[in-house]
Amino acid sequence: MNTDPAPAPPVVRIAGVDKTFARGDRAVTTALEAIDLEISGGEFVSLIGPSGCGKSTLLRIVGDLISPSAGTVTVNGKTAEQARRDRDYGMVFQAPVLFDWRTVEDNVKLPLEILGQDAATRSARAREMLELVELGDFLKHHPYQLSGGMQQRVAIARALAFQPSILLMDEPFGALDEMTRERMNSEVLRIWQQTGTTILFVTHSIPEAVFLSSRVVVMSPRPGRITKVIPIDLPRPRNEDTRETRRYFELVTVVREALRRGGGSLDDAATVDPASTDRTMAEGAVG
Amino acid sequence: MTASTGSAIRSSPGLGRGPRVGAGTRTRVARSARYYLPAVVVFVGAVVGWEVLFTVLNVQSFLVPKPSAIVAALQANWSGGRFPLLPSAIATLQEALIGLAIGTVAGVAVAFASARWLTARGILLPLAVAANAVPIIAFAPLLNNWFGLLNPLSKALMAAVLVFFPVMANVTRGLVQVEPGALELMRSYAASEWTILRKVRVPNALPYFFTAMKIATTLSLIGAIVGEYFGGANSVLGRLIVNSASALKFDVTWAAILFGAATGILFYLAIVLIERLVIPWAATMRADS
Repeated sequence: MNTDPAPAPPVVRIAGVDKTFARGDRAVTTALEAIDLEISGGEFVSLIGPSGCGKSTLLRIVGDLISPSAGTVTVNGKTAEQARRDRDYGMVFQAPVLFDWRTVEDNVKLPLEILGQDAATRSARAREMLELVELGDFLKHHPYQLSGGMQQRVAIARALAFQPSILLMDEPFGALDEMTRERMNSEVLRIWQQTGTTILFVTHSIPEAVFLSSRVVVMSPRPGRITKVIPIDLPRPRNEDTRETRRYFELVTVVREALRRGGGSLDDAATVDPASTDRTMAEGAVG
Repeated sequence: MTASTGSAIRSSPGLGRGPRVGAGTRTRVARSARYYLPAVVVFVGAVVGWEVLFTVLNVQSFLVPKPSAIVAALQANWSGGRFPLLPSAIATLQEALIGLAIGTVAGVAVAFASARWLTARGILLPLAVAANAVPIIAFAPLLNNWFGLLNPLSKALMAAVLVFFPVMANVTRGLVQVEPGALELMRSYAASEWTILRKVRVPNALPYFFTAMKIATTLSLIGAIVGEYFGGANSVLGRLIVNSASALKFDVTWAAILFGAATGILFYLAIVLIERLVIPWAATMRADS
């Protein structure tokens, strides 16, 4: 796969989505306002923005973990709820959410058990997925015996186990150090190219968004809006060398300036929201 | 960058921590011997010191008998005579076990109800907390009155009442306090409440359950023995303690207390063993972290 896929009919169509949260009986917080976005099959779309811009909220609305206050989300021609019931989504959160009482292999089998697949299929599929994330030697380990990066790879294997048509990833590498994160980025790209899954990816990190995506969706906070959609025309396959090309740096700059114009560069966000300071610093991604 | 290099290395597959290997049975025995040796030495030293000190100071045996006198009483009353220790301990343990079973079943049942239905939780939890604040031991004479002085059930129910609350409270917490991400994950699979209960809530509650059981074993013995203090058949530990003390046979009283302590410890160890068999991952996790 040398280029990003040609435009196909949208797999995800977000139209006029608003989300407001009532905080007690006082003022209402507008988390998202007038969000329109279409994602084609096989695309890799990143949502980037400072804390409080509602990017995780938007991802959760697409995955039908929460409902929008207005507007519609259509996934594979169905409502988001129907898509969830049809198991169209694989989800990876910032925390790996693995069950310590299950081995690595049994964690990956969990969604297959819920889908009612037979034992032989489950085993074969779990092994295949763990090979894909290069954890084939760790089937019988328990999650607490693995490092953070390995745990997140198990979570990815689990999300892919039942071949969902869309992978929703909410800052999956936010808790990892920079070097592990870069390696995980390459792995996700490899998996994306091998499986052809559509990916919606939430991140704080500009380099991560540029390196991975077909398109980067830049969001601004209070209320959360889409301020710019930047196509990433870096050739594929991308690898560590891609991170050193001139075009890569240009695109990183484009995204950073779009964030700044949106009224919320990551640096600004850190000063506005003390809780996000650690994360921004830990990323080492700004600057 | 040094910090991140460290964790990057840690996450490379070859260096992942594997299950404990190479620890043969012999080294494990040696390790636990080394672990427990200081405690054993202090215990033996204390007993010897007690014996020597009480002999030198000539302390009267009705205050505190010497260890040698207690051992002699143990031998003399092991299974026969007026104060048969072993049969009494077994009878008391039976009451405690029945009580433990009743209290645990009731506690777990209420925990499931209150975890499943918010209304049930709203009604049951405050009541249970209020009931727990009552000095439940005070009910012992009543239970004897209700179910008959000679009926072992009246003692077992004393134990059951004591066991109920910690089991109910702990299991409820284990069923309810599930990582929010786990529930989102299950929702993304469109899993039913029943599936979530089986695959997430129950396994999550197991360590809480065993923590409760460790408390409950001791409580059930306390309940049974205290119930016995208020009367009933004579060949039980509680009666034996009361009767030997009123007969001024304090060496026998101490021997009975020792028996009660040993029973409690064995009971506790049995639970620890079952815990290791049922949820081995929890024990390993504690050891690793």
